[in-house]
Amino acid sequence: MEDKKDIMQIIADANKSVTTGIDSADIEHWVWIHIMGRAYQVPAGLTIMQAMEYAGYKFITSAGCRAGFCGACATMYRKEGEYKLQTAMACQTRVEDGMFLVQIPFAPAQEATYDITKEPYAASTLLEHYPEIARCVACNTCTKACPQDLEVMDYIQDALRGDYKKVAERSFDCIQCGLCAVRCPAEITQFNVGMLARRMYGRYGMTEPEYAKARLTELDQGKYDKEFKKLLAADVEELKKRYAAREREAD
Amino acid sequence: MKIPYYPGCSLKTSAKNLEVSALAAAEKLGIEMVEMPRWNCCGTVFSLTSDDLMHHVASVRNLVRVQEMSENGSVDTTNKMVTLCSMCFNTMKSAAKRVRENAEDLVKINSFMDTEPDYNGNVQVLHLLEIIRDMGFDKVSAKVTRPLEGLKIAPYYGCMLIRPKEIGIDDPEDPTIGAQLFKALGAEIVDNPFKKVCCGAYHTVHNKDTVIELAHDILTHAQEEGGEAISTSCPLCAFNLDNRQKEIKEKYLKFKEMPVFYFSQLMTLAFGLGEDACMFEANYVDPRPLLKSKNLL
Repeated sequence: MEDKKDIMQIIADANKSVTTGIDSADIEHWVWIHIMGRAYQVPAGLTIMQAMEYAGYKFITSAGCRAGFCGACATMYRKEGEYKLQTAMACQTRVEDGMFLVQIPFAPAQEATYDITKEPYAASTLLEHYPEIARCVACNTCTKACPQDLEVMDYIQDALRGDYKKVAERSFDCIQCGLCAVRCPAEITQFNVGMLARRMYGRYGMTEPEYAKARLTELDQGKYDKEFKKLLAADVEELKKRYAAREREAD
Repeated sequence: MKIPYYPGCSLKTSAKNLEVSALAAAEKLGIEMVEMPRWNCCGTVFSLTSDDLMHHVASVRNLVRVQEMSENGSVDTTNKMVTLCSMCFNTMKSAAKRVRENAEDLVKINSFMDTEPDYNGNVQVLHLLEIIRDMGFDKVSAKVTRPLEGLKIAPYYGCMLIRPKEIGIDDPEDPTIGAQLFKALGAEIVDNPFKKVCCGAYHTVHNKDTVIELAHDILTHAQEEGGEAISTSCPLCAFNLDNRQKEIKEKYLKFKEMPVFYFSQLMTLAFGLGEDACMFEANYVDPRPLLKSKNLL
Protein backbone atom coordinates (compact mmCIF):
# COMPACT_ATOMS: atom_id res chain seq x y z
CA MET A 1 0.00 0.00 0.00
CA GLU A 2 2.83 2.28 1.01
CA ASP A 3 4.62 1.49 -2.29
CA LYS A 4 1.51 2.23 -4.30
CA LYS A 5 1.14 5.63 -2.69
CA ASP A 6 4.67 6.44 -3.67
CA ILE A 7 4.02 5.53 -7.26
CA MET A 8 0.88 7.72 -7.31
CA GLN A 9 2.92 10.53 -5.86
CA ILE A 10 5.57 10.06 -8.51
CA ILE A 11 2.95 10.27 -11.24
CA ALA A 12 1.50 13.39 -9.69
CA ASP A 13 4.94 14.95 -9.44
CA ALA A 14 5.62 14.13 -13.06
CA ASN A 15 2.71 16.30 -14.07
CA LYS A 16 4.33 19.18 -12.27
CA SER A 17 7.12 19.62 -14.73
CA VAL A 18 10.63 19.50 -13.34
CA THR A 19 11.90 21.16 -16.46
CA THR A 20 9.40 23.97 -16.63
CA GLY A 21 8.91 24.41 -12.89
CA ILE A 22 5.30 25.28 -13.61
CA ASP A 23 2.27 23.26 -12.70
CA SER A 24 0.77 21.73 -15.84
CA ALA A 25 -2.58 23.26 -14.96
CA ASP A 26 -1.02 26.69 -15.50
CA ILE A 27 0.38 25.91 -18.91
CA GLU A 28 -1.70 27.43 -21.65
CA HIS A 29 -0.01 26.31 -24.88
CA TRP A 30 0.60 22.67 -25.68
CA VAL A 31 1.95 20.85 -28.72
CA TRP A 32 1.71 17.25 -29.84
CA ILE A 33 5.00 15.52 -30.66
CA HIS A 34 5.87 11.90 -31.45
CA ILE A 35 8.94 10.41 -29.83
CA MET A 36 9.96 7.21 -31.58
CA GLY A 37 6.41 6.80 -32.80
CA ARG A 38 4.61 7.46 -29.53
CA ALA A 39 2.49 10.59 -29.13
CA TYR A 40 2.99 13.02 -26.25
CA GLN A 41 1.47 16.35 -25.43
CA VAL A 42 4.12 18.73 -24.11
CA PRO A 43 4.21 22.42 -23.21
CA ALA A 44 5.03 24.63 -26.17
CA GLY A 45 8.32 26.46 -26.00
CA LEU A 46 10.39 23.62 -24.58
CA THR A 47 13.50 22.42 -26.34
CA ILE A 48 13.33 18.93 -27.80
CA MET A 49 15.51 17.72 -24.95
CA GLN A 50 13.33 19.35 -22.28
CA ALA A 51 10.21 18.03 -23.98
CA MET A 52 11.56 14.50 -23.96
CA GLU A 53 12.38 14.81 -20.29
CA TYR A 54 8.93 16.24 -19.66
CA ALA A 55 7.51 13.20 -21.42
CA GLY A 56 9.39 10.99 -18.99
CA TYR A 57 12.57 10.12 -20.88
CA LYS A 58 15.77 10.15 -18.90
CA PHE A 59 18.96 10.93 -20.79
CA ILE A 60 21.75 8.65 -19.70
CA THR A 61 23.51 9.36 -23.01
CA SER A 62 22.83 11.67 -25.98
CA ALA A 63 23.07 14.68 -23.68
CA GLY A 64 26.09 16.68 -22.62
CA CYS A 65 26.58 20.41 -22.29
CA ARG A 66 22.93 21.32 -22.98
CA ALA A 67 24.26 24.50 -24.55
CA GLY A 68 24.84 23.61 -28.19
CA PHE A 69 28.56 22.98 -28.00
CA CYS A 70 29.18 19.31 -27.34
CA GLY A 71 27.29 17.71 -30.21
CA ALA A 72 25.92 14.84 -28.12
CA CYS A 73 22.17 15.36 -28.61
CA ALA A 74 21.72 14.87 -32.37
CA THR A 75 18.08 14.56 -33.36
CA MET A 76 16.26 13.70 -36.56
CA TYR A 77 12.68 14.59 -37.20
CA ARG A 78 10.02 15.02 -39.80
CA LYS A 79 7.06 17.30 -39.44
CA GLU A 80 3.62 16.13 -40.33
CA GLY A 81 2.89 16.67 -44.01
CA GLU A 82 6.51 17.51 -44.96
CA TYR A 83 8.83 15.23 -46.91
CA LYS A 84 11.99 16.87 -45.53
CA LEU A 85 13.93 14.87 -43.01
CA GLN A 86 15.30 17.49 -40.64
CA THR A 87 18.13 17.46 -38.16
CA ALA A 88 18.80 19.40 -35.00
CA MET A 89 20.57 19.47 -31.69
CA ALA A 90 17.88 18.54 -29.14
CA CYS A 91 19.12 21.12 -26.62
CA GLN A 92 19.00 23.97 -29.15
CA THR A 93 15.75 23.44 -30.99
CA ARG A 94 12.24 24.08 -29.72
CA VAL A 95 9.51 21.51 -30.21
CA GLU A 96 6.90 22.22 -32.83
CA ASP A 97 3.49 20.71 -33.23
CA GLY A 98 3.56 17.53 -35.31
CA MET A 99 7.25 16.68 -34.94
CA PHE A 100 8.19 13.02 -35.31
CA LEU A 101 11.43 12.68 -33.38
CA VAL A 102 14.24 10.27 -32.72
CA GLN A 103 17.58 10.78 -31.03
CA ILE A 104 20.80 9.66 -32.73
CA PRO A 105 23.05 9.25 -29.70
CA PHE A 106 25.93 7.74 -31.62
CA ALA A 107 27.18 7.71 -35.20
CA PRO A 108 29.13 4.58 -36.08
CA ALA A 109 32.16 6.05 -37.85
CA GLN A 110 35.62 4.98 -38.69
CA GLU A 111 38.41 7.09 -37.35
CA ALA A 112 41.87 6.86 -38.82
CA THR A 113 44.93 6.40 -36.63
CA TYR A 114 47.85 8.60 -37.55
CA ASP A 115 50.93 10.28 -36.17
CA ILE A 116 50.45 13.88 -37.17
CA THR A 117 54.21 14.52 -37.09
CA LYS A 118 54.79 11.92 -39.81
CA GLU A 119 52.02 12.78 -42.26
CA PRO A 120 52.95 14.62 -45.47
CA TYR A 121 51.13 17.92 -45.90
CA ALA A 122 49.54 16.87 -49.22
CA ALA A 123 46.16 15.90 -50.62
CA SER A 124 47.27 12.26 -50.54
CA THR A 125 47.19 12.21 -46.71
CA LEU A 126 43.44 12.81 -46.53
CA LEU A 127 42.79 10.36 -49.36
CA GLU A 128 44.98 7.72 -47.79
CA HIS A 129 43.25 7.83 -44.41
CA TYR A 130 39.76 8.46 -45.77
CA PRO A 131 39.76 7.11 -49.36
CA GLU A 132 35.96 7.10 -49.39
CA ILE A 133 35.98 10.90 -49.86
CA ALA A 134 36.58 10.08 -53.54
CA ARG A 135 33.08 8.52 -53.55
CA CYS A 136 31.45 11.93 -52.99
CA VAL A 137 28.84 12.55 -55.69
CA ALA A 138 28.23 16.14 -54.56
CA CYS A 139 24.64 15.36 -53.54
CA ASN A 140 24.93 17.91 -50.71
CA THR A 141 22.96 15.74 -48.26
CA CYS A 142 25.63 16.26 -45.59
CA THR A 143 25.33 20.03 -45.84
CA LYS A 144 21.57 19.80 -45.50
CA ALA A 145 21.99 17.53 -42.46
CA CYS A 146 24.40 19.79 -40.59
CA PRO A 147 22.76 21.41 -37.54
CA GLN A 148 25.65 23.90 -37.47
CA ASP A 149 24.84 25.04 -41.03
CA LEU A 150 28.33 24.20 -42.23
CA GLU A 151 29.08 23.70 -45.92
CA VAL A 152 30.02 20.08 -45.32
CA MET A 153 29.97 18.95 -48.95
CA ASP A 154 32.17 21.88 -49.90
CA TYR A 155 34.79 20.97 -47.33
CA ILE A 156 34.83 17.36 -48.51
CA GLN A 157 35.40 18.74 -52.01
CA ASP A 158 38.18 20.94 -50.62
CA ALA A 159 39.65 17.82 -48.98
CA LEU A 160 39.68 16.00 -52.32
CA ARG A 161 41.93 18.64 -53.78
CA GLY A 162 44.10 18.97 -50.67
CA ASP A 163 43.00 22.49 -49.76
CA TYR A 164 43.63 22.19 -46.00
CA LYS A 165 43.01 25.86 -45.30
CA LYS A 166 39.52 25.77 -46.78
CA VAL A 167 38.64 22.49 -45.02
CA ALA A 168 39.82 23.94 -41.71
CA GLU A 169 37.89 27.15 -42.16
CA ARG A 170 34.70 25.52 -43.43
CA SER A 171 34.68 22.77 -40.78
CA PHE A 172 35.87 24.91 -37.87
CA ASP A 173 32.50 25.03 -36.09
CA CYS A 174 31.93 21.27 -36.36
CA ILE A 175 30.67 19.76 -33.10
CA GLN A 176 31.15 16.15 -34.26
CA CYS A 177 27.49 15.21 -33.86
CA GLY A 178 27.87 12.74 -36.75
CA LEU A 179 24.63 13.55 -38.59
CA CYS A 180 26.50 14.19 -41.85
CA ALA A 181 28.09 10.75 -41.70
CA VAL A 182 24.80 9.07 -40.89
CA ARG A 183 23.10 10.65 -43.90
CA CYS A 184 25.93 10.34 -46.46
CA PRO A 185 25.10 7.97 -49.35
CA ALA A 186 28.84 7.62 -50.04
CA GLU A 187 29.45 6.51 -46.44
CA ILE A 188 32.01 9.24 -45.77
CA THR A 189 32.74 10.21 -42.16
CA GLN A 190 32.96 13.91 -42.91
CA PHE A 191 33.50 15.11 -39.35
CA ASN A 192 36.62 12.96 -38.91
CA VAL A 193 38.01 14.10 -42.26
CA GLY A 194 37.52 17.69 -41.07
CA MET A 195 39.29 16.97 -37.81
CA LEU A 196 42.34 15.46 -39.54
CA ALA A 197 42.46 18.43 -41.91
CA ARG A 198 42.25 20.95 -39.07
CA ARG A 199 45.05 19.17 -37.21
CA MET A 200 47.20 19.14 -40.33
CA TYR A 201 46.47 22.77 -41.09
CA GLY A 202 47.20 23.78 -37.52
CA ARG A 203 50.52 22.01 -37.58
CA TYR A 204 51.76 22.68 -41.11
CA GLY A 205 49.58 25.32 -42.72
CA MET A 206 49.38 28.09 -40.16
CA THR A 207 52.25 30.34 -39.32
CA GLU A 208 53.15 30.47 -35.64
CA PRO A 209 52.04 33.85 -34.33
CA GLU A 210 54.71 36.15 -32.93
CA TYR A 211 52.88 36.65 -29.62
CA ALA A 212 52.80 32.89 -29.03
CA LYS A 213 56.53 32.65 -29.62
CA ALA A 214 57.18 35.53 -27.23
CA ARG A 215 54.96 33.93 -24.60
CA LEU A 216 56.75 30.58 -24.87
CA THR A 217 60.10 32.32 -24.47
CA GLU A 218 58.81 34.01 -21.30
CA LEU A 219 57.70 30.65 -19.91
CA ASP A 220 61.02 29.03 -20.80
CA GLN A 221 62.82 31.83 -19.01
CA GLY A 222 60.88 30.98 -15.86
CA LYS A 223 58.55 33.94 -15.59
CA TYR A 224 56.11 31.99 -13.39
CA ASP A 225 58.49 29.61 -11.63
CA LYS A 226 58.45 31.59 -8.40
CA GLU A 227 54.63 31.67 -8.26
CA PHE A 228 54.40 27.94 -8.98
CA LYS A 229 56.88 27.18 -6.21
CA LYS A 230 54.80 29.21 -3.79
CA LEU A 231 51.66 27.32 -4.75
CA LEU A 232 53.32 23.94 -4.46
CA ALA A 233 54.61 24.81 -1.01
CA ALA A 234 51.27 26.18 0.26
CA ASP A 235 49.12 24.15 2.69
CA VAL A 236 45.46 23.30 2.11
CA GLU A 237 44.12 26.24 4.13
CA GLU A 238 46.24 28.69 2.21
CA LEU A 239 45.11 27.16 -1.11
CA LYS A 240 41.46 27.39 -0.07
CA LYS A 241 41.92 31.03 0.83
CA ARG A 242 43.60 31.81 -2.45
CA TYR A 243 40.96 29.89 -4.41
CA ALA A 244 38.16 31.90 -2.82
CA ALA A 245 39.98 35.14 -3.53
CA ARG A 246 40.94 34.25 -7.12
CA GLU A 247 40.24 36.54 -10.02
CA ARG A 248 37.40 35.19 -12.11
CA GLU A 249 35.09 36.12 -14.91
CA ALA A 250 31.47 36.86 -14.10
CA ASP A 251 29.17 33.79 -14.28
CA MET B 1 36.89 37.45 -72.75
CA LYS B 2 36.10 36.78 -69.11
CA ILE B 3 34.83 33.24 -68.69
CA PRO B 4 34.03 30.90 -65.76
CA TYR B 5 36.84 28.41 -65.31
CA TYR B 6 36.43 24.94 -63.89
CA PRO B 7 39.81 23.58 -62.68
CA GLY B 8 39.03 20.07 -61.39
CA CYS B 9 40.80 18.26 -58.57
CA SER B 10 43.91 17.09 -60.47
CA LEU B 11 44.80 20.62 -61.50
CA LYS B 12 45.05 21.56 -57.84
CA THR B 13 47.23 18.56 -56.94
CA SER B 14 49.12 16.45 -59.47
CA ALA B 15 48.67 18.68 -62.53
CA LYS B 16 49.48 22.14 -61.19
CA ASN B 17 51.79 22.59 -64.18
CA LEU B 18 48.77 22.34 -66.49
CA GLU B 19 46.82 24.96 -64.53
CA VAL B 20 49.65 27.43 -63.99
CA SER B 21 50.79 27.35 -67.62
CA ALA B 22 47.28 27.40 -69.11
CA LEU B 23 46.16 30.38 -67.04
CA ALA B 24 49.27 32.32 -68.05
CA ALA B 25 48.96 31.40 -71.73
CA ALA B 26 45.24 32.21 -71.83
CA GLU B 27 45.83 35.58 -70.19
CA LYS B 28 48.37 36.40 -72.89
CA LEU B 29 45.64 35.71 -75.45
CA GLY B 30 43.19 37.96 -73.66
CA ILE B 31 41.18 35.13 -72.11
CA GLU B 32 40.56 35.76 -68.42
CA MET B 33 39.64 32.48 -66.77
CA VAL B 34 37.74 33.19 -63.54
CA GLU B 35 37.79 30.23 -61.18
CA MET B 36 34.26 29.20 -60.25
CA PRO B 37 33.40 29.66 -56.58
CA ARG B 38 32.47 26.46 -54.71
CA TRP B 39 33.13 24.11 -57.61
CA ASN B 40 32.99 20.41 -56.85
CA CYS B 41 34.52 17.31 -58.42
CA CYS B 42 32.91 16.73 -61.84
CA GLY B 43 32.22 13.10 -60.99
CA THR B 44 35.36 11.98 -62.87
CA VAL B 45 33.73 9.50 -65.24
CA PHE B 46 30.51 10.10 -67.15
CA SER B 47 28.12 7.35 -66.15
CA LEU B 48 26.62 5.61 -69.19
CA THR B 49 24.01 3.75 -67.16
CA SER B 50 20.60 4.97 -68.27
CA ASP B 51 19.06 5.26 -64.79
CA ASP B 52 22.11 6.46 -62.87
CA LEU B 53 21.12 10.10 -62.52
CA MET B 54 22.85 10.46 -59.15
CA HIS B 55 26.24 10.48 -60.83
CA HIS B 56 25.31 13.51 -62.95
CA VAL B 57 24.37 15.64 -59.96
CA ALA B 58 28.00 16.69 -59.40
CA SER B 59 28.40 17.98 -62.96
CA VAL B 60 25.03 19.71 -63.04
CA ARG B 61 25.78 21.44 -59.73
CA ASN B 62 28.87 22.96 -61.37
CA LEU B 63 26.74 24.08 -64.31
CA VAL B 64 24.48 25.89 -61.83
CA ARG B 65 27.58 27.76 -60.59
CA VAL B 66 28.28 28.86 -64.19
CA GLN B 67 24.68 30.00 -64.60
CA GLU B 68 25.01 32.08 -61.40
CA MET B 69 28.24 33.68 -62.65
CA SER B 70 26.57 34.60 -65.93
CA GLU B 71 23.69 36.14 -64.02
CA ASN B 72 25.68 38.07 -61.42
CA GLY B 73 28.03 39.63 -63.92
CA SER B 74 31.30 38.22 -62.57
CA VAL B 75 32.10 37.20 -66.18
CA ASP B 76 31.26 38.70 -69.56
CA THR B 77 30.25 35.47 -71.27
CA THR B 78 26.76 33.99 -71.04
CA ASN B 79 26.32 30.37 -70.01
CA LYS B 80 29.78 29.32 -71.10
CA MET B 81 32.56 27.69 -69.13
CA VAL B 82 36.09 26.60 -69.87
CA THR B 83 37.92 23.48 -68.68
CA LEU B 84 41.50 22.31 -69.04
CA CYS B 85 41.41 18.67 -68.01
CA SER B 86 40.14 16.46 -70.84
CA MET B 87 38.38 14.17 -68.38
CA CYS B 88 36.48 16.97 -66.62
CA PHE B 89 35.63 18.45 -70.02
CA ASN B 90 34.20 15.18 -71.26
CA THR B 91 32.27 14.37 -68.08
CA MET B 92 30.67 17.78 -67.77
CA LYS B 93 29.91 18.27 -71.43
CA SER B 94 28.30 14.81 -71.53
CA ALA B 95 26.20 15.56 -68.44
CA ALA B 96 25.18 18.95 -69.87
CA LYS B 97 24.11 17.24 -73.09
CA ARG B 98 22.18 14.55 -71.27
CA VAL B 99 20.07 16.97 -69.23
CA ARG B 100 19.63 19.33 -72.19
CA GLU B 101 18.22 16.51 -74.30
CA ASN B 102 16.25 14.75 -71.58
CA ALA B 103 13.80 17.13 -69.95
CA GLU B 104 12.68 14.50 -67.45
CA ASP B 105 16.23 13.98 -66.21
CA LEU B 106 16.65 17.72 -65.78
CA VAL B 107 13.44 18.00 -63.78
CA LYS B 108 14.45 15.10 -61.58
CA ILE B 109 17.93 16.48 -60.89
CA ASN B 110 16.59 19.97 -60.25
CA SER B 111 14.01 18.60 -57.86
CA PHE B 112 16.70 16.59 -56.06
CA MET B 113 18.95 19.65 -55.75
CA ASP B 114 16.21 21.60 -54.03
CA THR B 115 18.57 23.97 -52.25
CA GLU B 116 20.06 25.19 -55.57
CA PRO B 117 18.52 27.43 -58.20
CA ASP B 118 17.05 25.35 -61.05
CA TYR B 119 19.55 24.58 -63.78
CA ASN B 120 18.33 26.06 -67.06
CA GLY B 121 20.01 23.48 -69.29
CA ASN B 122 21.84 26.08 -71.36
CA VAL B 123 25.47 25.98 -70.25
CA GLN B 124 28.03 25.25 -72.94
CA VAL B 125 31.09 23.35 -71.71
CA LEU B 126 34.23 24.30 -73.63
CA HIS B 127 37.84 23.21 -73.63
CA LEU B 128 40.48 25.94 -73.76
CA LEU B 129 41.88 24.41 -76.95
CA GLU B 130 38.64 24.97 -78.88
CA ILE B 131 38.36 28.56 -77.63
CA ILE B 132 41.87 29.18 -78.95
CA ARG B 133 41.04 27.49 -82.28
CA ASP B 134 37.90 29.59 -82.66
CA MET B 135 39.92 32.75 -81.96
CA GLY B 136 42.23 31.75 -84.79
CA PHE B 137 45.71 30.28 -84.58
CA ASP B 138 47.07 33.44 -86.21
CA LYS B 139 46.27 35.18 -82.91
CA VAL B 140 48.52 32.61 -81.23
CA SER B 141 51.35 33.14 -83.73
CA ALA B 142 51.16 36.87 -83.10
CA LYS B 143 52.05 36.36 -79.44
CA VAL B 144 55.04 34.08 -80.05
CA THR B 145 58.31 35.67 -78.98
CA ARG B 146 60.37 32.51 -78.89
CA PRO B 147 59.35 30.18 -81.73
CA LEU B 148 59.81 26.52 -80.87
CA GLU B 149 62.10 26.07 -83.86
CA GLY B 150 63.54 22.63 -84.34
CA LEU B 151 61.44 21.04 -81.59
CA LYS B 152 59.73 17.93 -82.93
CA ILE B 153 56.40 17.48 -81.18
CA ALA B 154 54.12 14.49 -81.58
CA PRO B 155 50.67 15.71 -80.49
CA TYR B 156 48.74 13.13 -78.50
CA TYR B 157 44.97 13.38 -78.04
CA GLY B 158 43.89 10.26 -76.18
CA CYS B 159 40.16 9.66 -75.79
CA MET B 160 38.34 12.24 -73.72
CA LEU B 161 39.08 15.28 -75.86
CA ILE B 162 37.86 13.75 -79.12
CA ARG B 163 35.42 10.94 -78.31
CA PRO B 164 32.54 10.34 -78.61
CA LYS B 165 32.05 12.39 -81.77
CA GLU B 166 29.22 14.54 -80.35
CA ILE B 167 31.33 15.51 -77.34
CA GLY B 168 34.80 15.78 -78.87
CA ILE B 169 36.31 19.04 -80.06
CA ASP B 170 37.91 17.64 -83.21
CA ASP B 171 37.67 14.88 -85.83
CA PRO B 172 37.71 11.71 -83.70
CA GLU B 173 39.47 9.79 -86.49
CA ASP B 174 42.08 12.37 -87.42
CA PRO B 175 42.38 15.18 -84.88
CA THR B 176 44.63 18.08 -85.84
CA ILE B 177 43.91 20.78 -83.26
CA GLY B 178 47.16 20.14 -81.35
CA ALA B 179 49.22 20.04 -84.53
CA GLN B 180 47.76 23.36 -85.66
CA LEU B 181 48.49 24.96 -82.30
CA PHE B 182 52.10 23.79 -82.09
CA LYS B 183 52.66 24.79 -85.72
CA ALA B 184 51.51 28.27 -84.76
CA LEU B 185 54.10 28.16 -81.96
CA GLY B 186 56.80 27.37 -84.50
CA ALA B 187 57.33 23.70 -83.63
CA GLU B 188 57.83 20.87 -86.06
CA ILE B 189 54.93 18.43 -86.06
CA VAL B 190 55.38 14.70 -86.09
CA ASP B 191 52.31 12.62 -86.82
CA ASN B 192 52.01 9.68 -84.46
CA PRO B 193 49.76 6.84 -85.66
CA PHE B 194 49.05 6.17 -81.97
CA LYS B 195 47.90 9.74 -81.25
CA LYS B 196 44.34 8.66 -80.43
CA VAL B 197 45.04 5.30 -78.79
CA CYS B 198 43.88 5.08 -75.18
CA CYS B 199 46.64 5.42 -72.58
CA GLY B 200 44.95 2.85 -70.34
CA ALA B 201 43.29 5.45 -68.12
CA TYR B 202 42.31 4.09 -64.69
CA HIS B 203 43.86 0.70 -65.35
CA THR B 204 46.92 2.46 -64.01
CA VAL B 205 45.59 1.73 -60.50
CA HIS B 206 44.94 -2.02 -60.62
CA ASN B 207 46.28 -3.15 -63.98
CA LYS B 208 49.56 -1.34 -64.37
CA ASP B 209 50.86 -3.77 -67.00
CA THR B 210 48.14 -2.77 -69.46
CA VAL B 211 49.12 0.86 -69.05
CA ILE B 212 52.81 0.09 -69.42
CA GLU B 213 52.12 -1.69 -72.72
CA LEU B 214 49.86 1.04 -74.10
CA ALA B 215 52.11 3.90 -73.02
CA HIS B 216 55.15 2.10 -74.42
CA ASP B 217 53.40 1.75 -77.80
CA ILE B 218 52.31 5.38 -77.86
CA LEU B 219 55.72 6.75 -76.89
CA THR B 220 57.88 4.48 -79.07
CA HIS B 221 55.72 5.08 -82.15
CA ALA B 222 56.11 8.81 -81.64
CA GLN B 223 59.87 8.30 -81.36
CA GLU B 224 60.01 6.12 -84.48
CA GLU B 225 58.35 8.92 -86.41
CA GLY B 226 61.04 11.28 -85.19
CA GLY B 227 59.20 12.86 -82.27
CA GLU B 228 61.30 14.29 -79.44
CA ALA B 229 58.41 15.03 -77.11
CA ILE B 230 54.72 14.30 -76.83
CA SER B 231 51.88 16.62 -75.83
CA THR B 232 48.62 16.12 -73.93
CA SER B 233 45.79 18.03 -72.30
CA CYS B 234 44.83 15.33 -69.81
CA PRO B 235 46.34 14.83 -66.33
CA LEU B 236 45.57 11.11 -66.43
CA CYS B 237 47.20 10.65 -69.86
CA ALA B 238 50.11 12.70 -68.55
CA PHE B 239 50.50 10.41 -65.56
CA ASN B 240 50.38 7.27 -67.70
CA LEU B 241 52.67 8.57 -70.42
CA ASP B 242 55.08 10.53 -68.22
CA ASN B 243 55.31 9.00 -64.73
CA ARG B 244 54.87 5.42 -65.98
CA GLN B 245 58.08 5.77 -68.02
CA LYS B 246 59.79 4.62 -64.83
CA GLU B 247 58.10 1.20 -65.14
CA ILE B 248 58.43 1.14 -68.95
CA LYS B 249 62.20 1.49 -68.59
CA GLU B 250 62.29 -1.41 -66.15
CA LYS B 251 60.41 -3.63 -68.61
CA TYR B 252 61.89 -2.43 -71.89
CA LEU B 253 65.57 -1.89 -71.34
CA LYS B 254 66.09 -0.19 -74.70
CA PHE B 255 63.37 2.39 -74.04
CA LYS B 256 64.58 5.97 -73.98
CA GLU B 257 62.80 8.53 -71.83
CA MET B 258 60.80 11.19 -73.62
CA PRO B 259 59.34 14.43 -72.22
CA VAL B 260 55.56 14.77 -72.05
CA PHE B 261 54.30 18.38 -72.22
CA TYR B 262 50.94 19.85 -71.46
CA PHE B 263 49.92 21.83 -74.55
CA SER B 264 49.88 24.93 -72.38
CA GLN B 265 53.51 24.53 -71.27
CA LEU B 266 54.57 24.79 -74.91
CA MET B 267 52.45 27.93 -75.22
CA THR B 268 54.00 29.68 -72.20
CA LEU B 269 57.43 28.70 -73.45
CA ALA B 270 56.81 30.11 -76.93
CA PHE B 271 55.15 33.22 -75.50
CA GLY B 272 58.30 33.84 -73.46
CA LEU B 273 56.40 33.95 -70.17
CA GLY B 274 59.29 32.56 -68.15
CA GLU B 275 60.01 29.25 -66.49
CA ASP B 276 57.73 29.93 -63.51
CA ALA B 277 54.77 29.93 -65.88
CA CYS B 278 55.94 26.68 -67.50
CA MET B 279 56.49 24.70 -64.27
CA PHE B 280 58.65 22.13 -66.04
CA GLU B 281 59.94 20.99 -62.66
CA ALA B 282 56.59 19.27 -62.06
CA ASN B 283 56.98 16.99 -65.10
CA TYR B 284 58.29 13.50 -64.34
CA VAL B 285 60.68 13.33 -67.29
CA ASP B 286 62.52 16.63 -67.11
CA PRO B 287 62.04 18.38 -70.47
CA ARG B 288 64.64 21.07 -69.74
CA PRO B 289 67.70 19.24 -71.14
CA LEU B 290 65.89 18.77 -74.46
CA LEU B 291 64.80 22.43 -74.52
CA LYS B 292 68.32 23.58 -73.66
CA SER B 293 69.74 21.47 -76.49
CA LYS B 294 67.37 23.36 -78.82
CA ASN B 295 68.34 26.72 -77.35
CA LEU B 296 64.79 27.21 -76.14
CA LEU B 297 65.75 27.74 -72.50
